[in-house]
Amino acid sequence: MKKETKILAIIVTIGTIAFLFFANQFFDGYKIRIMNLAAINIILALGLNIINGFAGQFSLGHAGFMAIGAYTGALLTLSPSAKQMNFFIDPIISPLANFQMGFLPAIIIAALVTAVFAFMIGVPVLRLKGDYLAIASLGFSEIIRVVLTNLQSLTNGSLGLKAIPSYINLFWSWGFAFLAIIFTFFLINSSYGRAFKAIREDEVAAEAMGINLFKHKIMAFVIGSSMAGVGGALFASLLTAIDPNIFKFALTFQILLMVVLGGMGSISGTIVSATIVTIMMEWLRIVESPMTIGSLTIPGISGMRMVIFSVLLMAVILFYPKGFMGTREITWDFIQEKINRLRKKGKNETLQKDEV
Amino acid sequence: MLLHADHLTIKFGGLTAVKDLDMQLNKGELVGLIGPNGAGKTTAFNMITGVYAPTQGKVLLEDKDITGKKSPTAPGMRPDQITALGVARTFQNIRLFTNLSVLDNVIIAHHLHLKSSLMGAVLRLPGYRREEKEMREKAIQVLKAVGLEKLYKEEAGNLAYGQQRRLEIARALATNPKLLLLDEPAAGMNPQEGEELMQFIEAIRKDFDLTILMIEHDMKVVMGICERIYVLDHGETIAQGTPNEIQTNSRVIEAYLGVDASA
Repeated sequence: MKKETKILAIIVTIGTIAFLFFANQFFDGYKIRIMNLAAINIILALGLNIINGFAGQFSLGHAGFMAIGAYTGALLTLSPSAKQMNFFIDPIISPLANFQMGFLPAIIIAALVTAVFAFMIGVPVLRLKGDYLAIASLGFSEIIRVVLTNLQSLTNGSLGLKAIPSYINLFWSWGFAFLAIIFTFFLINSSYGRAFKAIREDEVAAEAMGINLFKHKIMAFVIGSSMAGVGGALFASLLTAIDPNIFKFALTFQILLMVVLGGMGSISGTIVSATIVTIMMEWLRIVESPMTIGSLTIPGISGMRMVIFSVLLMAVILFYPKGFMGTREITWDFIQEKINRLRKKGKNETLQKDEV
Repeated sequence: MLLHADHLTIKFGGLTAVKDLDMQLNKGELVGLIGPNGAGKTTAFNMITGVYAPTQGKVLLEDKDITGKKSPTAPGMRPDQITALGVARTFQNIRLFTNLSVLDNVIIAHHLHLKSSLMGAVLRLPGYRREEKEMREKAIQVLKAVGLEKLYKEEAGNLAYGQQRRLEIARALATNPKLLLLDEPAAGMNPQEGEELMQFIEAIRKDFDLTILMIEHDMKVVMGICERIYVLDHGETIAQGTPNEIQTNSRVIEAYLGVDASA
């Protein structure tokens, strides 16, 4: 990394930490909630980007892995009395009933459990390519959801889990987001990350260069999915109540949207787009409330936000097929180049005016 | 004997793409594989590198069986395992990692020799950092050997055609092969570039102590540097021998020019 970019990264990090302290002091609960959500979305989107953007394996199973992480985290942190209250139809299976642990070990175990499931699903699914892989992983994600709905004495079925301890605060969520960013950065810039990118670029050539395709695809899939597990555990703590219906395909789509907008294969692009999309998801609620323009009254239509995002996604696919950042990163050089281009544009415009 | 393609036959449905190919390469040889379009030359390459598994026959590298897998669970070798044993190749239609830098294209070829674990790599442990440094130095050396060291930062897709061909060879060299398979290295080159390529291939054969098997259509290149030549037509080996023998072989002339109807 270039020296200027390092300094830039340090400044941004310090700025963010300062902002977190500021926000923690002065922001209201609603804004803090959105910031927590942004951090969780960064973790989720980075996980999906490792699988889809860097290793080039188009997986749509993220919501399923989030569900596993969320349920693991929730079941491990719920107090025995809260479990008794939740499981009033069928009692919870015995070893879990009187079991409770702290937030950090629960998140770590959530990541490990998700990794195990990702491995078991990945072994058959990653033999497929392209659209087939997308459909099969989507199918497994739905299977996870259906299984969770029907394991009454483990997950409380469709009733879901309530009163999950809300341990999460800005420092938990952004702490894990920072960890995820740093981990992804070092992973992608290591020899293993290069192997992932080689597989994305050309599988046949990568294999001819001695890269074990299956091993590296599984590796990327397990890492990305266990990040979804961490995100899921944090998500459960933020919502304090989860049920299987949260983890439908729409959730995967939301995360995929962030990855595609930011650029498949760009860490900084993903961070920026995950933050912006999270904020827009909230801000755009105004289009769902009833509006009066002149004499015309438009009734509030719920779901209008997603229409806007769909239009945005189409526009990006048309005009920026690789997302806003493509595979590039926001570096010092990148910013300078953009500023120079803006300056040149300004100059050209003044020149043209002079000619007229 | 370095490589023995032991009576290889491969069938795709009813089509026999290669029939009873028996090829032996001695250490240090530069051998050509020629034949008209569709003769099965690239298919032969794909069998040697494990991309296809032959229907019959075996591939032996220094008497070790390296025949490819018929299915993911069948016995046999995967292409990456064969590369690790010392068989590297280039492709007819250039297959570089176009969005990666020239240097990264070459460093990737060292990944198979990496000893550090994933965690070691992510945590940048001293062992990994040393390996990364070594890989980088070796990659630069290979780039110097092919004359691309000044372009190491460039995206591979931005290189000129001839440079891309060189980079593909550099990438194959970086896997540290004993046997190098070149699939039409002179394709799309003008006579002068072809001449340079011949010298280049000769040079790397000496410098990297290689045995080379080369598919090539440019007869000037083939006859100029190959010590022995195998000729395929419709999957069958119709001739083998020194360039002089091949040039006067009637079956080869027939295969390339067709039989005179009046004769």
